[in-house]
Amino acid sequence: MTEKIKHHLSDDLLIAYSAGLLNEAFSLMVATHVSLCDTCRAQLESFDAVGGAILEGDGLPDVPHVAMSPDAIEAIFATIDLAPAQETRAARRKDDVFPAPLQDYVGGDLASVKWRPVGMGLKQAILPTAKGATARLLYIPAGAAVPDHSHNGTELTMVLKGAFSDEYDSFGPGDVETADQDVTHTPVADISEDCICLAVTDAPLKFKGIIPRMLQPFLRI
Amino acid sequence: MLNAREHNSESNALRVPVPIPAFRVVQPLPVGNRALKRTNASSAPKTDPEAPDWVMLIGRIRDHQDRAAFARVFEHFAPRVKAFLMKSGADATLAEECAQDVMTTLWRKAHMFDPSRASVATWIFTIARNRRIDMLRRQRRPEPEDLTWGPEAEPAQEDVLSLQQESEKLRQAITDLPETQKELIERAYFGDLSHSEIAAETGLPLGTIKSRIRLALDRLRHAMK
Repeated sequence: MTEKIKHHLSDDLLIAYSAGLLNEAFSLMVATHVSLCDTCRAQLESFDAVGGAILEGDGLPDVPHVAMSPDAIEAIFATIDLAPAQETRAARRKDDVFPAPLQDYVGGDLASVKWRPVGMGLKQAILPTAKGATARLLYIPAGAAVPDHSHNGTELTMVLKGAFSDEYDSFGPGDVETADQDVTHTPVADISEDCICLAVTDAPLKFKGIIPRMLQPFLRI
Repeated sequence: MLNAREHNSESNALRVPVPIPAFRVVQPLPVGNRALKRTNASSAPKTDPEAPDWVMLIGRIRDHQDRAAFARVFEHFAPRVKAFLMKSGADATLAEECAQDVMTTLWRKAHMFDPSRASVATWIFTIARNRRIDMLRRQRRPEPEDLTWGPEAEPAQEDVLSLQQESEKLRQAITDLPETQKELIERAYFGDLSHSEIAAETGLPLGTIKSRIRLALDRLRHAMK
């Protein structure tokens, strides 16, 4: 799948993730996409290399009094002796829809999602992330449309299953659509299959229709 | 020297356009400096004869639980991790505690280190960065899936060597940056800048590193099939 992805994350996002500056919801998007996309993984790891170079560079030793405490290494060995084993995250099963970072938030794969209907056949599930941005899963029935909306901030939508198209382009599994203030769009799921997406926003969407706008405070979208 | 954006052209053409951050205006380096850099880049990186082989030491920790090897890694990196955390706003006590956590994680996750995709410094940086988010923001830090080497597959020595060499070149390139740019990048990675203020427009040789990592990923994917 990884070679078919044609809509990637921006360098700005990857740099911010690498430097540890992104909020939790957007970090979840980056981690989920990178799990599927070798292009962005390589790009991200090259930005990590900048962090490594800084850790190795001459900008750090000028911090005074950074010597570790004299018994630090003994303390570490004591910790290691107490609990030598380290559990690793179980590998994702082949037919899972969600990459591991997303499964961590859902508590399992697709079957574990607690969907809530939001009207017109659409369903969503808000994921537990820190304030400042929202992450949610979207379920768009085959052929259905998400109401016309524009955005106050940035919205990233990544396809996990199925596909959707809007006025600008089409998006398949792993593809990320980036929409900001200037974009008003009506994403429509492909007719062949229900579409499941991860969407993150750093500001509530602005819906054009009156009904979705009235619902917005309740739907938290 | 190519800049990061040129290296990305194959993927950028398909990307949603990203506004170019504001401080892209970069003074050209003096000609002499440039010529010098090019010479450096084309020759093998100078390796400090005193500098330990970090990759080998991590291997000894992984394979033999070698505490002497760990002590050498600790001696060099733990104070740097502590300084990094203090630059990020932690006080000395918290930074000490977290640096110890980071070094403990290094011991426990030594089997996860892939030297064909990262230098030891880069790997430690990512552990420290994650710990920092945990510590200062009290937020979870979603991480991509790990790609682990299968029981038979080991990274090819040539991949390891070239990645480690490229990392050294990158370190040198950052050291050689004009002071203002260097400070900007450092502040970003210390967590001291909003991300709209960061750019990769500093002419750092990231493209080669990216290609190396990409190659390693391709081989890994191939080995996992």
